[in-house]
Amino acid sequence: MSDFPWLTVMLLVPLAGAALVPVVGAALARQVGLVFSLVTLGVGVAVAAQYHASDGMQFTETYDWISAFGVHYALGVDGLGLLMVLLTAVLVPIVIAASWKDADEGEAGYGALDGNGQGGSAGFIAWTLALEALSLAVFLATDVFLFYIVFEATLIPAYFLIGGFGRAGRSAAAVKFLLFQLAGGLVLLGGVIGLYVVSAQQGAPSYLLSDLMSLDIGTTAGRVLFVTFFVAFAIKAPLFPVHTWLADTTEKATPGTSVLLVCVLDKIGTFGMLRFCLGIFPEASQWATPVVIALALVSIVYGALLAIGQDDLLRLIGLTSLSHFGFIVLGIFVFSSQGGTGAVLYMVNHGLGTAALFLLAGYAIKRRGTASIAAMGGQEKLTPVLAGLMLVAGLATLGLPGLSTFVSEFLVIISAFQYHWFVGAVAVTGIVLAAIYVLWMYQRTMTGPTPEALADPALPSSRDVSVREIAAVAPLVAALVFLGFYPTPLLDAANPYIGDLMSHVGVTDAPPDVTAPAAGHAEEAH
Amino acid sequence: MFLFTEGGHSIPVVDPLGTAGVFSLMWLVIALPLAGAAVLLLGGRRTDSWGHYLGTAMPIGSFAISVYMLLDLLGRDETERSVSQHLWDWVSVGDFRVGMDLLVDPLTILFLLLITGVGSLIHVYSIGYMSHDPRRRRFFGYLNLFVAAMLMLVMSENYLGLFLGWEGVGLASYLLIGFWQHKPSAAAAAKKAFVINRVGDIGMSLAIAMFFVTFGSTSFTVISQGAGEAGDGALTAIGLLLLLGACGKSAQVPLQAWLLDAMEGPTPVSALIHAATMVTAGVYLITRSNFIFELAPHAQTAVVVVGTVTLLWGAVIGCAKDDIKKALAGSTMSQIGYMVLAAGLGVYGYAFAIFHLLTHGFFKANMFLGAGSVMHGMDDDVDMRHYGALRKAMPVTFATFAMGYLAIIGFPGFSGFWSKDHIIEAALVESPIAGVCALLGAGVTGFYMTRLMLMTFFGEKRWLKDVHPHESPSVMTVPLMVLAALSVLGGVLFIGHWIVDWLSPVVGEAPEHALPIPALALTAITVVVVAAGVAVAWLLFGRRPVPATMPIDVSPVIKAARADLYGDAINEGLVVQPGRVLTSGVVGFDHSGADGLVRGGASVVAGAGQGLRKLQNGFVRSYALSVLSGVLIVIVTLAVVNL
Amino acid sequence: MNDVTPYILLSAILFTIGTVGVLVRRNAIVVFMCVELMLNASNLALVAFAYQHGDLEGQIAAFFVMVVAAAEVVVGLAIIMTIFRTRRSASVDDASLLKY
Repeated sequence: MSDFPWLTVMLLVPLAGAALVPVVGAALARQVGLVFSLVTLGVGVAVAAQYHASDGMQFTETYDWISAFGVHYALGVDGLGLLMVLLTAVLVPIVIAASWKDADEGEAGYGALDGNGQGGSAGFIAWTLALEALSLAVFLATDVFLFYIVFEATLIPAYFLIGGFGRAGRSAAAVKFLLFQLAGGLVLLGGVIGLYVVSAQQGAPSYLLSDLMSLDIGTTAGRVLFVTFFVAFAIKAPLFPVHTWLADTTEKATPGTSVLLVCVLDKIGTFGMLRFCLGIFPEASQWATPVVIALALVSIVYGALLAIGQDDLLRLIGLTSLSHFGFIVLGIFVFSSQGGTGAVLYMVNHGLGTAALFLLAGYAIKRRGTASIAAMGGQEKLTPVLAGLMLVAGLATLGLPGLSTFVSEFLVIISAFQYHWFVGAVAVTGIVLAAIYVLWMYQRTMTGPTPEALADPALPSSRDVSVREIAAVAPLVAALVFLGFYPTPLLDAANPYIGDLMSHVGVTDAPPDVTAPAAGHAEEAH
Repeated sequence: MFLFTEGGHSIPVVDPLGTAGVFSLMWLVIALPLAGAAVLLLGGRRTDSWGHYLGTAMPIGSFAISVYMLLDLLGRDETERSVSQHLWDWVSVGDFRVGMDLLVDPLTILFLLLITGVGSLIHVYSIGYMSHDPRRRRFFGYLNLFVAAMLMLVMSENYLGLFLGWEGVGLASYLLIGFWQHKPSAAAAAKKAFVINRVGDIGMSLAIAMFFVTFGSTSFTVISQGAGEAGDGALTAIGLLLLLGACGKSAQVPLQAWLLDAMEGPTPVSALIHAATMVTAGVYLITRSNFIFELAPHAQTAVVVVGTVTLLWGAVIGCAKDDIKKALAGSTMSQIGYMVLAAGLGVYGYAFAIFHLLTHGFFKANMFLGAGSVMHGMDDDVDMRHYGALRKAMPVTFATFAMGYLAIIGFPGFSGFWSKDHIIEAALVESPIAGVCALLGAGVTGFYMTRLMLMTFFGEKRWLKDVHPHESPSVMTVPLMVLAALSVLGGVLFIGHWIVDWLSPVVGEAPEHALPIPALALTAITVVVVAAGVAVAWLLFGRRPVPATMPIDVSPVIKAARADLYGDAINEGLVVQPGRVLTSGVVGFDHSGADGLVRGGASVVAGAGQGLRKLQNGFVRSYALSVLSGVLIVIVTLAVVNL
Repeated sequence: MNDVTPYILLSAILFTIGTVGVLVRRNAIVVFMCVELMLNASNLALVAFAYQHGDLEGQIAAFFVMVVAAAEVVVGLAIIMTIFRTRRSASVDDASLLKY
């Protein structure tokens, strides 16, 4: 079965689902959507099972598309791609299960805070599946032009998801989102065209990643093109100062949409930095390091301070991601195995932790009918299970050891410290600020006296999480705990990838200052 | 294998044997309470009826294994008392490998026995103490989680695993301080404890980062063997960073402010976490890192300073508190100050720091549980001004508490006498100023503990209406009796210098040092100082009646002590307020600066559109004119370019 | 080479008259005729240059212009008629609804 086009199938399944869901209508939309997303996950698991960690790019499919420009329909998966694909495939069924009827009109739920757009759940699920298909294509594309096409195409479902479902003001948020992303896309287009020019000058043009990685791009051209790619990815990620679409979007969109945006779509930014910035422009990446690291540090501290100052629960969670993306970018640009692997793990773990936090916040908001932190409080007494899950997700966000986020944050911090002690010292303040924003949020929403008006057990605020709601977030929480103690599955995928990337960039890890002599007993022990 | 300091004494390196026999069950010590926590917290209401029994059985099981391991260690040769177990690879990236590795050596085994032993007693006590609480099962779940994390902290063979336990106990402490989280004060205290500890974690994180950069590993084995070759600057920096971490966890100045608020938690929590075990983790950390501190004398000096300041700081606070738990918390802070001071004295002090840590674990847990028993009988009132004459109403509680009292003030023969006396002695030799402060602290300890005793158990009844003090059930008093016995007899560990010899394979053997005055004379001086403190307290609180309300018109010193020496005010002024201003500044900047630029760009575009649309005036002829002018411009341009 | 300067001059004069007419006259019919005048001026130029180069391409182009102009007349006059019927005026300035 080695010739079986697994990756194309993985893209087609959710696409077919997206086409089918509007046809079957509202009654069956959720079930059909869930089945299609689970089948996608199944294909993803099948790919992972056949994946060989040390073999680099695998499952490649390459067909000429526009031969005059050297454009191909080319797919492939490596360690980074595999993790991102699995993250996407895991999160989409969870989002569908957690959102369930939220997008329906008249449903007493999150969406009821304001009327929803056309299509209800069917529309929501169809766009979600479309977004899944396109995001998977982004992570699988090994042709820069194909990447660019699907990179831009993800904006279409994202725009409709933000603008169609959520709270009042979502249209403006959707437009802001779209303009930011289109601006980034435009810059990227310039870079893509520039790549064609460079590649055409040296013989036959080709957009294949493997060809571009071995292309000899001049120093100046490389730096200019690097900047275009980096700007686009920085907007996507987002990094300070091009982050301001993030908070508005997560505040107005439904929590399900925010999960797709922040945990999947934004990862394209850091994914692109690793695969394209470092892959195609290794020299320019190192040239830009000081500036990028400065931006990452500012993002870490700035995002955390912003999160502390928020009153809207979803906005707060959105801004925590600014801080986290700062960590990811920092890990990428310190150029060491630990930093790179830490960044890749961070991308996965942030996806799991923040998704759980968004969805649980959505549950809480549905129960209280408000997203204002000041107006909540005392929820723990009414719904202890919800509060407990929320606490675990919050602790994951602040990087508590024993949860998977810690491993990645720790790797990034030590390698930042190795890069320069000052960088590590600034980054580490992020862990204190994270404790403040998470625990202060938890204190104000969950603890404290329960308002008198909510004492009636018949009110929706007193209903603890349902089986469906638990089933949606339990896999995330279980993964956070399991991978916190046993991150080896992630490391097995990330380590060879980062090893290859670092040798491609031409960086070797600095040895420790002291290499201790191996002593007697220690050798016997192992 | 040894490292050598400039002074010439040797520092043993960590060099464990592989597992064999009972030690292959090492992991079970942690796994049992962890499994208990998982069952109780995930099992939900189904486990309500039997959860507390399961929760109590788990640490008892760990205690049994620990005792078994102790017996095995006792039978071994001194050099073979260190055993490690590799469970699985935890984080392994490039050349950097961290395993989930456990280590049992003479230092760890003492902690194992303290944590599981005292922990088990406190679990038993809690069955009674929490019997009326509807969320008792969850309480036991959290307690088990704490025990598991604390065991991880002391059993890990590397700093990363230690950090895992370190944060785990922080989490359990957070959950348990905020156990009654419907009270805003409890929720705020829990968050405060966690956040201040996170400040300490900056030190821990950066210390681990330095281990990575300097040694490429976080394993005790590798680091201790390489420490001799590391630079002085790196070692000093690591020492100071570890001290910062220890300050957070052990409530040492300047990160002490959370401990008094932590008394919002149920009393068994205060006994287990905020007296006997978790807050002593800083002392463990410094003692465990002896191979760093012995080579970093500047860091050691800092440790001595922190310990000395804190032992006085806590003692002064303890003198002024009317809340029985807060008075005890001040005392805890002070006693840990003693331990940190001892640990800072290096090889002369490590063994005594651990010795005092153990005896303090016994008598302070005893007194906290006793205080809990008093509160149990007084309808959860904590104000000692509402107590008085309780010795008749609660004879068992009184008797056991008195044992703890005599132990902490250092009454000759009781456990605290042996442990504290040696710390003062070592301090006087190594660092006379700290020694004098420690001696002074002993006097203050005598004062505040006597005050607490007199206000609670002696004098007139000052009970509020409808309060009917009664003795607690035996499920609570039996643990008190056991702990009281340990408080009295804890000194047996010192028979024939046993504990010093026992720990020497881990912390090294101290060279002889000469006392300036005979040891017996020093002991006599200490006893006299303590007696003076006791006498002053008796004059103030024993001979005259205690007012039922707090006197307002008091000296500035007492006012300062009542306000925790303005620790909160300092934090508020130096950190919280500037932080608030910074946060609102950043939020404002993001709105008007970063996002303002974006919105500004949008309004420029919109404004330009508004202006330009005036050109679309609907008059065909003006369009024609603009077409014409366009044509003319093109023609002129072409003409000019052709020229 | 054949000298076509007079034809080009005439063409330029006609084109200018047409242009000025389009710009200054309000009556739609007159504007329309001026547009036709401009078209014919360019036809003249095309034919003249074709004559100068001695090939037929310019003349063919002129035929195309005539055909398009005829079609335009049909549509344009119809529009003008409709405007006149609804507004009782053939002034181009009166028909200025399509604006900001």
